[in-house]
Amino acid sequence: MSKINLLKPDKQNLSTYLYSGSFLFFIAIFDVFLSSFFGINITSFLPNSISFLLPLILGIVGLHLIRIEFSGIKNLDLLNKNINTSTFNAVLTLLIIFTVIKSIPPIMSWFIIDANIAGDTKEACTGSGACWTYIKIWLNRFIYGMYPNELQWRINISFILLIALAFVGLIPSEKIKKFLTLYYVVIYPIIAFILIYYLISGGSLGLEWVETGAWGGLSLTFIVSFFCLIFCFPVGMFLALGRRSELPTLRYISVGFIEFWRGVPLITVLFMSSVMFPMFLPEDFFMDKLVRVIIAISLFEAAYVAEVIRGGLQALPRGQYDAAKSLGMGYWKMHIFVILPQALKLVIPGIANTFLALVKDTPLIFVVGLLEIVGMLNLAKTNPKWLGFAMEGYVFAAIIFWIICYAMSRYSYNLELKYKTER
Amino acid sequence: MNSKIRKILPQIATLLAVVFVFGFFTFNAQVNMDNRGIEFGYGFLSQESSFDVQFSLIEYDGSHSYARAYLVGLLNTLLVAFIGIIFATIIGVVVGIARLSPNYLIERSAAFYVEFFRNIPLLLQIFFWYFAALRALPLPQDADAIFGVFFLTIKGLFVPRFIWVNLDIFFYSLIAAIISIVVIRNYARKLQESEGKQLPVFSISAGLLIILPLLAFLIGGVSLSFEMPVLEQIATTSFKYTGGLGLPPELIALTLALALYTATFIAECVRAGIQGISKGQKEAAASIGLTPNQILKLVIMPQALRIIIPPTTNQYLNLTKNSSLAAAIAYPDLVLVFAGTALMQTGRAIEIVSITMLTYLSISLAISALMNWYNKRIAIKEK
Repeated sequence: MSKINLLKPDKQNLSTYLYSGSFLFFIAIFDVFLSSFFGINITSFLPNSISFLLPLILGIVGLHLIRIEFSGIKNLDLLNKNINTSTFNAVLTLLIIFTVIKSIPPIMSWFIIDANIAGDTKEACTGSGACWTYIKIWLNRFIYGMYPNELQWRINISFILLIALAFVGLIPSEKIKKFLTLYYVVIYPIIAFILIYYLISGGSLGLEWVETGAWGGLSLTFIVSFFCLIFCFPVGMFLALGRRSELPTLRYISVGFIEFWRGVPLITVLFMSSVMFPMFLPEDFFMDKLVRVIIAISLFEAAYVAEVIRGGLQALPRGQYDAAKSLGMGYWKMHIFVILPQALKLVIPGIANTFLALVKDTPLIFVVGLLEIVGMLNLAKTNPKWLGFAMEGYVFAAIIFWIICYAMSRYSYNLELKYKTER
Repeated sequence: MNSKIRKILPQIATLLAVVFVFGFFTFNAQVNMDNRGIEFGYGFLSQESSFDVQFSLIEYDGSHSYARAYLVGLLNTLLVAFIGIIFATIIGVVVGIARLSPNYLIERSAAFYVEFFRNIPLLLQIFFWYFAALRALPLPQDADAIFGVFFLTIKGLFVPRFIWVNLDIFFYSLIAAIISIVVIRNYARKLQESEGKQLPVFSISAGLLIILPLLAFLIGGVSLSFEMPVLEQIATTSFKYTGGLGLPPELIALTLALALYTATFIAECVRAGIQGISKGQKEAAASIGLTPNQILKLVIMPQALRIIIPPTTNQYLNLTKNSSLAAAIAYPDLVLVFAGTALMQTGRAIEIVSITMLTYLSISLAISALMNWYNKRIAIKEK
């Protein structure tokens, strides 16, 4: 056995270093674990500050001892390479591990252990954790807003139908496939509009009319996002083409339009749609505020979509344009069959980001008095019977938005992979 | 002939359509305003505003004009944007570099942060900080001092206020330091290009930045003292801090949410920028004998910055525009003070909304113009 140099762990005394190092490391983690989960401090006999820092010191020494290059043990090498390359890295690793261990108990107890879900009143919430009773009681309002309870089946049916119809594209029939683009771009939005106008809004066909002010909650988030997505895409595409056009008038108008919308915050656009826009309309002409909001958000996001698509158009090599022209294609034929399919494929991530931004912007419609889920939360929070549960409400909404946005970004990532072509 | 018509016709058609839409709107606005007896004009700006703003950087009360109220709002917006940009940049750069760390845990934590904060609407985050997190803070009388000088309470953050004597001389010394640094840098570059000698530019600059302001303190008559916030009882159960500098909770919640949200995007810009530099650059630099520090300073960063800066400026712009969400938690920014309160009082929708939009538009256009100029300056000059 050769001499042991504690400052330079090497391969000769591998097992000594390994056992002592991992022992110290586990002692460090065990100490933090005990104090975090059971409130036991095994080093309480030491002075306060040393007892506080001891796990970190033990961990650093432990990780230092097992930092042996080319040890020949596959897992140890992997561990060293990933979390233990230097002392600085070891400190960061330990801090992250400790933070995670420390934060699990309070989070768990708030979410589950000390939380309440039984009962129907505020008094049922006795624990120190979250009061999920509040969410349970208000769930209906958070989803449907002020929409009358007995009419909510209309929203349900519309949404189920729309989701079902969205899956038409999965039918693997060659005959239908040709018309899929037409279906999604034109027919599907029209069906959606008809459903929402006749079923959700009502007022004809023997259905009771529900004013848009009563709509709200998550369903309103979906309605606004859905229509804005559908409208902003074609508008943005034309603006992008306009900005790249050879005709100066078209180009300047597109540039002006895009730069204007991109330069102002959405909240002022919504202010404009609610207080300024009615001044611009004939006196006897009435436009519902939901429609005004959808137009405003669509135009706003269209400018962003336009810039994204312009990026795709610019990224295409000139040869594509020249080749299409040399085949005798005109402007529209060239763009529809050659340029746009390639350009749009290139900018899938950018468009997905814009759509995500749109969904995240929908809560701003509180400016015009429409209350989607965040707005409903703020309303519920001020209800005298349910004061003091702001945290639960925001956590609930954050989880919902997070799931929606994360799912969308994963979907766009898959699309990107699917349409990726080698060039 | 045919092709000429095909070029001119669509242009005339669009132009006519735009003119028609604008004309239609103007005509309706005229009719509507006539009916309501409002006259279009910006004269109201000089009238007395008669409303108060709870947080203002400049002297303001109800007896000042609407124009002054506009200035108060604008300054508050710029304040939030400025603080937010500083914090967002710091967090963003750290997280962006952490995303590239070889340490698996650090990389995952950074990724978790980015995925978590950018998938939740900003407005929700602002509400969370303001209504849920900051409401859990202690009352003024129960607050413990942080580092002995800060008091973080439900009423806001109270910090010592700097009291300067002869602040202008201090500023002049700073400006003088910056100018001399620029001169020395240029001289050092010339010296290196002509004779190959290198000056320790960094240490000289750091020295100048310390010595000149220090001189201002020693012989320029500049002095600095602190005014501590003091707890004061105004009623049996009501306390407040007097003296010092009080930052309202609205400002804290807003900057916190803006910085944490925007930092996720800046982190992605930084990551993309550093990843965008091909490995060959680093290897080539190492093979001609540059040290790791020199590689980072002379080869990687100049190229990475070219990729990082344009999207990051865009994020700064987004942050500035997003600061208008302040209206939701009643922080008196431009939108709340001007497009909110002032509009309610005067009813001048067209004038006020147009001024507000033009303000944001000119900030945006100014920054994009600066960006384009910068882009042109640093673009690779191909031969």
